[in-house]
Amino acid sequence: MTLLAHDAERGARLVEDDPWLDLSDETPLPSHGDVVVPLARLADVVEAPGRLAARVDGASDPELLAPHLHRLALIVVEIPKFTDGRAYSLARLLRSRHGYRGELRAVGYVLRDQLFYLWRCGFDSFALAPGKDPADALAAFTEWSVTYQPAEDHDVPIWRRRRAG
Amino acid sequence: MYQYDAFDRRIVEERAHQFREQVVRRIDGRITELEFKPLRLQNGLYLQLHAYMLRIAIPYGLLSSKQLRVLADVTRKYDRGYAHWTTRQNLQLNWPKLEDVPKILDELAAVEMHAIQTSGNCIRNITSDPYAGVAADEVADPRPYCELMRQWSTFHPEFAALPRKFKLAVTGAAEDRAAIAVHDIGIRVVKSDAGEIGFAFYVGGGQGRTPLLAPCINAFVPEAHLVSYTEAILRTYNRLGRRDNKFKARIKILVKAVGAEEFARQVEEEHAHIAEGPLKLAREDIEGFRRFFRPPMYEVLRDDDPTLAAALLGKDRGLASWFAHNVAPHRQPGYAIVNLSCKSPDLPPGDVTADQMDAVADLADRFSFGALVVTHRQNLVFTDVKKRDLPALYAELTRLGFATPNVGKLTDIVCCPGLDYCSLANARSISVAKQVAERFEELSKLYAVGELHLNISGCINACGHHHVGHIGVLGIDKQGHEFYQLMLGGSSGTDASLGKVLGHALVHDEVAPAVERVVLAYLAHRAGPEETFLEAYRRLGPAPFKEAVYDPARA
Repeated sequence: MTLLAHDAERGARLVEDDPWLDLSDETPLPSHGDVVVPLARLADVVEAPGRLAARVDGASDPELLAPHLHRLALIVVEIPKFTDGRAYSLARLLRSRHGYRGELRAVGYVLRDQLFYLWRCGFDSFALAPGKDPADALAAFTEWSVTYQPAEDHDVPIWRRRRAG
Repeated sequence: MYQYDAFDRRIVEERAHQFREQVVRRIDGRITELEFKPLRLQNGLYLQLHAYMLRIAIPYGLLSSKQLRVLADVTRKYDRGYAHWTTRQNLQLNWPKLEDVPKILDELAAVEMHAIQTSGNCIRNITSDPYAGVAADEVADPRPYCELMRQWSTFHPEFAALPRKFKLAVTGAAEDRAAIAVHDIGIRVVKSDAGEIGFAFYVGGGQGRTPLLAPCINAFVPEAHLVSYTEAILRTYNRLGRRDNKFKARIKILVKAVGAEEFARQVEEEHAHIAEGPLKLAREDIEGFRRFFRPPMYEVLRDDDPTLAAALLGKDRGLASWFAHNVAPHRQPGYAIVNLSCKSPDLPPGDVTADQMDAVADLADRFSFGALVVTHRQNLVFTDVKKRDLPALYAELTRLGFATPNVGKLTDIVCCPGLDYCSLANARSISVAKQVAERFEELSKLYAVGELHLNISGCINACGHHHVGHIGVLGIDKQGHEFYQLMLGGSSGTDASLGKVLGHALVHDEVAPAVERVVLAYLAHRAGPEETFLEAYRRLGPAPFKEAVYDPARA
């Protein structure tokens, strides 16, 4: 799996070591380490062995995640089809409505040409779909030097930016 | 009209560059065809029956003569010398080659044009009233709002993978010339009792296989919340719209399923969180857009121009007929709005040749401040012509074939490209239009048929807007054969309604005679020449028309 990260300060980069252990519904918690559990299991994890993460998909209700956000270091959003845009709205709600500041990772059918939009909506790490070229993907974040509307990356609509001169 | 600044130019150039790279990656296989599809669609590039089709955006239908000349040039250089005005105020090229598309986009970018979001499951080109800015019945010019919304929706990161396509229309006038009732969102500019500008939002209208008129979900959204309220609607739809079935994925299905009231409540709830955020518009924000749409430098003229009055009384009855049918009143004394009919017997409805485009560009410079508008009825409009110049303009338009005195009349047929071009179509539409036009050329000379909209679609996707034609024709496929349903009573105007199927489907060559029998039945039954076809149909119901079509011996 190719994992990328992107933020405004450091730009885009490949992530070599991913410490997260992805657990299914049934797998017992290990004695130590950082774990990802499905949303439905989150309430049952009273004490995590290390850092804690939740796995959701675009259709998940952010209200169900909200009570747990303070103890999550990562939210993994599964994108089953690249044409399913629900993850974009979910990410924006988690960031701006619920104030989530931890890592937000897109996994699944994640393609180079979605990366910039995903980032603008609040994602900051990306597991690229299998077989896709990491070098191609790294270039995706610098394709645009200006955007019209506010999102999670900035809050200045173009008409206000123009006014500022 | 709107002028790009450095930001707009950079965005369009970066888009052209991005698409060029995407084509390279598609050709060398780094992107599969499946993955490429939404990318090319959001750049207006369809794979059609015989070739690619490129749909070029004309925001709210407004073009400068300079842009039109480049469209002519592109049509000549990269296509077969003709193009097609669409029912959403855009232009389609029917035969471009994939490898030429990046070059076309570069040439368009040089005159502030593009093909961004003219297709795909995203927010499409925003359409408006062709008489915007000059209509006598206008609350406010809708174009500054259209441009503002164009910028907000362009490459919106959250709404690039919606359940389905999304179409907005904005009107600022009392009479609806933008068909807002059959859009995903229709916006009407309104004024409160206190004199404040706001917007009535109609959401969940549409045509296609489930035609629905949009209910009003909010009668007054304050001007400052135009964008935030629209974003709240889009977010609600993006999260809750159906994705399991393409045919149930439009917002109209969601609004119908939960009910307009409940949908409005969900939107309000979402909007409450973002109303005071960065999308809230300041007065200066709107003013910044408004200044691009100030009236041109009109001459001070008397409204009853003697040159025109004399010419109208002259020997050429063609001028009088053209003036009565194709010219509309202007709010500036001494000026008129001129409709150019693109429905001549020589070309399929909406088709235009490169040479015609160049000639129209010259006329726009000479007669109408170098600007023109494409209408959703596939005609063109010069919005600011001096009445004094009308006889000279008439002569030029006649020479070019744009003066057929039929705007809003039966032979002003709205028609999709149909089976001759389109991979979705079930039936031919252009040939039906041609047969009707031929049959009615004589008839409309004999009778004052009055306002009558005929709309033809070659399939259920309804690009010819057959549901809102006073007479609608829909091509369908029955066991591999072309058939046509006849619908009566639709309207896209202020009194919007959906047409009802009259009876069993007809074969290709029966359509034109059937339409003729409908019109003759109208002429026989109307209360008087002032009763339009639509009014007569609403008064009489389908019975006399049904009899005329299916039982002509009795009728």
